Amino acid sequence: MTATSKYLSGAHEAHDSHHEEDPKQYLMYDPKPRGEMNAMVMESMHTTSWKFWVVLGVLAFLVVTCFFFAWGYMIDEGLYVGGVMRPAYWGVFLVNTVFWIGISHAGTFISAILRVFKAEFRRPFTRAAELMTTFGLIQAGASIFMHMGRVWLSYWMFPIPNARQLWPNFHSPLMWDLLAISTYVLGSTMYLFLPLIPDLAMARDRSTGWRKTFYKILALGFRGTEGEWRHLTVAMNFFAFAIIPVMFSVHTIVSWDFAMAMRPGWSSSVFGPYFVLGALHSGMGAVAMVLFVMRATMKHMDYFIRKEHFDALGKLMLMVTFAYTYFFFNDYIVQWYGGDKATDNLLHWLEEGPMAWMFIQFVFFNIVIPPLLLWSKKVRETPWLLALIGLMINVGMYWERYLIIPVMLTINRMPFTWKLFQPRIEVFLTIGTFSMFLLFYMIVSRLIPLIPVWEVQEGQMTHSLRKVGKAKLPTISEFE
Amino acid sequence: MTVDLNLVGAKGAIAEAAQGKWGMTIDQDICTGCQACVAACAMENNLAFVGEEDAGYGRTQHWIRIERFWDGEYPHVQATPFQPMLCQQCGHAPCEPVCPVFATPHSPAEDLNLQVYNRCVGTRYCANNCPYQVRSFNWRDYHTVPELGNMVNGTLVFPLHNQLNPDVTVRRRGVMEKCTFCIQRIHKAQDKAKSEGREVEDGEFTTACAQACPASAITFGRVDHPESLVSQLAHQERGVKHLEELNTLPRVTYLKEG
Repeated sequence: MTATSKYLSGAHEAHDSHHEEDPKQYLMYDPKPRGEMNAMVMESMHTTSWKFWVVLGVLAFLVVTCFFFAWGYMIDEGLYVGGVMRPAYWGVFLVNTVFWIGISHAGTFISAILRVFKAEFRRPFTRAAELMTTFGLIQAGASIFMHMGRVWLSYWMFPIPNARQLWPNFHSPLMWDLLAISTYVLGSTMYLFLPLIPDLAMARDRSTGWRKTFYKILALGFRGTEGEWRHLTVAMNFFAFAIIPVMFSVHTIVSWDFAMAMRPGWSSSVFGPYFVLGALHSGMGAVAMVLFVMRATMKHMDYFIRKEHFDALGKLMLMVTFAYTYFFFNDYIVQWYGGDKATDNLLHWLEEGPMAWMFIQFVFFNIVIPPLLLWSKKVRETPWLLALIGLMINVGMYWERYLIIPVMLTINRMPFTWKLFQPRIEVFLTIGTFSMFLLFYMIVSRLIPLIPVWEVQEGQMTHSLRKVGKAKLPTISEFE
Repeated sequence: MTVDLNLVGAKGAIAEAAQGKWGMTIDQDICTGCQACVAACAMENNLAFVGEEDAGYGRTQHWIRIERFWDGEYPHVQATPFQPMLCQQCGHAPCEPVCPVFATPHSPAEDLNLQVYNRCVGTRYCANNCPYQVRSFNWRDYHTVPELGNMVNGTLVFPLHNQLNPDVTVRRRGVMEKCTFCIQRIHKAQDKAKSEGREVEDGEFTTACAQACPASAITFGRVDHPESLVSQLAHQERGVKHLEELNTLPRVTYLKEG
């Protein structure tokens, strides 16, 4: 440990120059008895202040008005209440879809990939990330259906046997999309549920009343016997490995909706990995925001979620930023170099058209500012600063999707039809999806343990401080 | 004969299919931009009147439009020929494979792009993928918009309903539509010819836009019959096809700078 890093890791430790940094600051080396930890998590679920109910009420109101009422109004009146027109036949609904699928990626990435690679810092926040996957996908799915002209006939996209022997068109990228997203929804929900079972069983044993019934049903009679654990571990391993290729494929396929089309700016062969990296970029930012809010508002969370976790997350964000930057330049520079007339028009429109402010913000928020801040350990360890960077990245990524869909659609090969898209009811529906995501998160934070207690406990059992001479060395043993 | 152009080794067949069956030529040198074709098309095909606001926002329901361009900056402006743009009935259409429910298939009998209104669910992917931007979407039930009707003795009446063509569907909201090459007229002529035991003659019938064109800039007919007027016009040296580099095999030939 150099003096610099010691200074950065916290002022209160700076005076203590004789010792290595205190291992107790790491969750894994700061164990608590199981009973106490369980009680802490249970208490965090039961504690609600009046502020919680106020926010919940506001969000519920927004969901009812901006989501259900606005959508119902749109179904009743027709899509003309939105801003879609020729040439921007696709608008903000698909921006929301891509955005929410992007958010949903971080959950799987953190939880499955880090679990497979046994990254220890993931332990306390895998659940929070997995919940983002599920709730994000709900919003993405709803946005797709909002987008359809005749949503009441959307079941025609499913291969349902019918008298006329009409079958969906498997040549269509939208069909692939439907299959990929529904696979991802099913897979990620299973993957959320499996690691939840031991915690639900823990909660069942410690609650009364309707909660007891609720957990009893969901815990599927889990008692924690050796055989049950073995089966659960096998199943979780299976899903952790299986969900990773699904995660990569789902956003690649979403990107193919655009990349397969014959439009300037869209038909780019690098869109697959570019979109996956973009999804991780926004997803990591969202995880940072969620962790900050959890830590700031829920009881006992400062024990579970610590500086080290923000630090590790910040490093991941930094890495993803660099990878995303590479694909950004790859996409735009290759398109510019291609010299196609229509693409040229499009790029000029992006850099100097009326939406140039969005393009410039997108570049700064996603590519320029994050690496300039995230290199510093001090920034990474400041939760509110990391959450702010996460917010900035998410705004930038939303702009990116907005640029790709309605703004790029503005420019096509028929200059006579060029016209700028203006969102109308989409604004309300966007607010509605965001409120619904937050509402689900708030409700669930009081219903299921947001901290995977068994995973933290498992981690703490494998980590120990061994005394070698006078020094205490952190050691990690293999659990399985 | 139909050939699946998606098959490997269909290259030769593509050149053959490029010809198509029904086709059109539009002489830009004699087009005056009078919009008679636009009006005739709207009447023939029951196109909806969308009102001023929606038309200004880019939601016009026109299957054919007159595109007007110019060179240079004001006041040194040089007008270029008017360019009527309609569905090119591509032989290798980008709109067809992207529909998830087969609402826009290729007709093997007519060699045209069909739009099945009943099947359309409104994903609008076809319109996005159309390089010519000629598809129009029914953003609302424009035929029964209250603001566009007349109030007579307390009841809302729509005088324009009296001129609806009974041979053509009135589209409801949420479906895509586009130029059909007046397929109802094609079928009528074919039925008549069949009942008289003969082939459809060249010039026996034409599309609404061609019929209405006062300058006779639009010619419609069989492009696979070398002696027909349309194929003779199309094979002139001044014939060009739009966005040919995309390999869409358009059936409409534009004649200009003759």
